[in-house]
Amino acid sequence: MSQASRASVAFAVVYRYVRIQISNPSLFFPYLLFPLMSFMAYAGGLSRLRAIPGFHYASGYTSFQFVFILLQSAAFGGVFTGFSIARDFEYGFARRLLIAAPRRSGLVIGYVCAALVRWGVVATIVTIVGLLARMQIGGNGIDLLGLYTLGGIVNIAMTLWAAGVALRTRSIQSGPLMQTPVFLLLFLAPVYVPLPLLRGWIHAAATANPMTYLLDAGRGFMDGHETHVLLAFAAGLGLAVFFSVWAFRGLQRAEAAGGS
Amino acid sequence: MSLLAGQVATIAGRSVWRTFRQPAVMVANVSFPLLLLAVNSNGLRAATNLPGFPTNSFLDFFLPFSFMQGAIFAALVAGTDLGRDIDTGFLNRLALTPMRGAALLFGQLGGGVALAAIQAAVYLTVGLAFGARFDSGPIGIVVFLVLALTIALAFGSLGLVIALRAGSGEGVQSSFPLLFFLLLISSMNLPRNLISVDWFRIAATLNPVSYMIEGMRSLIIEGWNATAIGLGFMFAVLLLITGLGVAALALRTRMART
Repeated sequence: MSQASRASVAFAVVYRYVRIQISNPSLFFPYLLFPLMSFMAYAGGLSRLRAIPGFHYASGYTSFQFVFILLQSAAFGGVFTGFSIARDFEYGFARRLLIAAPRRSGLVIGYVCAALVRWGVVATIVTIVGLLARMQIGGNGIDLLGLYTLGGIVNIAMTLWAAGVALRTRSIQSGPLMQTPVFLLLFLAPVYVPLPLLRGWIHAAATANPMTYLLDAGRGFMDGHETHVLLAFAAGLGLAVFFSVWAFRGLQRAEAAGGS
Repeated sequence: MSLLAGQVATIAGRSVWRTFRQPAVMVANVSFPLLLLAVNSNGLRAATNLPGFPTNSFLDFFLPFSFMQGAIFAALVAGTDLGRDIDTGFLNRLALTPMRGAALLFGQLGGGVALAAIQAAVYLTVGLAFGARFDSGPIGIVVFLVLALTIALAFGSLGLVIALRAGSGEGVQSSFPLLFFLLLISSMNLPRNLISVDWFRIAATLNPVSYMIEGMRSLIIEGWNATAIGLGFMFAVLLLITGLGVAALALRTRMART
């Protein structure tokens, strides 16, 4: 009974979220444009970097950047969902949701599922654009499944992070608080060149950054040479578990505050 | 003339005060470009190993990016303030006073340009502290700052156009991806002659932002390159004149409508 009510709450949140996205393209398009513009700028403007001595990636620079853009879109999808949760609190809708939901954990699950649905659409479009840009895929079907699964895990983890912030602050003003750590996590990874080509403090930061291993594993899947697979999945799932505790504690705080 | 100057000063003072009263906006707008500068100047350092790269310091090469991003934020600040004035009916009330349209436009740029001036001082200090060197010397730094502020004014005028068209602060904010796109499709990350993808090189060549960046960059890594500096100023002034002209027309239409 409780599982069923949690699922029905989650389904209702997903249904509402998807409807809002469809009826308000102005909410969906910035999220879609961001990865597409970055993809154009990095894959187009920086492709000469493949000529740097020591840069080895058989599938080419477009594929190298595609993996970053895919994971970036997954991560920022989570952040954008956090914005939606905060907006729901500001407009008072979340208060009504908290009152109406028989199992409130279904709300967080619903937002996570909604973020996954939206990222699925964006990932499909970004992939089509990548293929049109003659992106080469060295990996097989299983490798690609691994790549998109990694993206899904990143999306879930970052949605839970942003949800935790939104549930604590209950204000859209906390947008930078959701966004900046995700931005740092992404850009302190080897975005433009492989890890061995980074020098100085950014190499040390990238080595300690879990996103580096997710990115390396994703690029390995794309290229057909598996790299850091176990480490990447462990890092991704670890982040997701850690942030799920963060998000559900945030829900308790919101409940205690009465959703105001 | 002195009446106009007084009106500009009043509106500009209000605009500057409004900007400084939002420390969160100030801090975010100043720190975000610095964050990108720190990350990209290190993450892309390997690019200096490319044959033909014009300098061995990517910080020197990339420093103008912060100023360009500051100019985009100036556009957003100026535009959002005007958009909010339209949204709240302040512009309608202003229309009942003897305030002239030119005073409103020049004055509204005040907040954005004040923010851009603070940003410029911070970025320059940080850049020099982390080892950036101006081949054009101290006078080159002065010219660099003048060019950076002219570009900020030009983008500020663009922000006014967007605000007058959109009629709300939200509309201006949502134009950020479009303005950032101009920056992305430019020579900000690599010199145009090293961009190997044809369509991107053509787009960067057609993009006036490339020349603004190259004008500033030339003062750091080349010294006195009259062509690059001249083109940088020319495109900035052209954008400023066009922006103010279109904004004046849009303001007249909006005033007539109200």
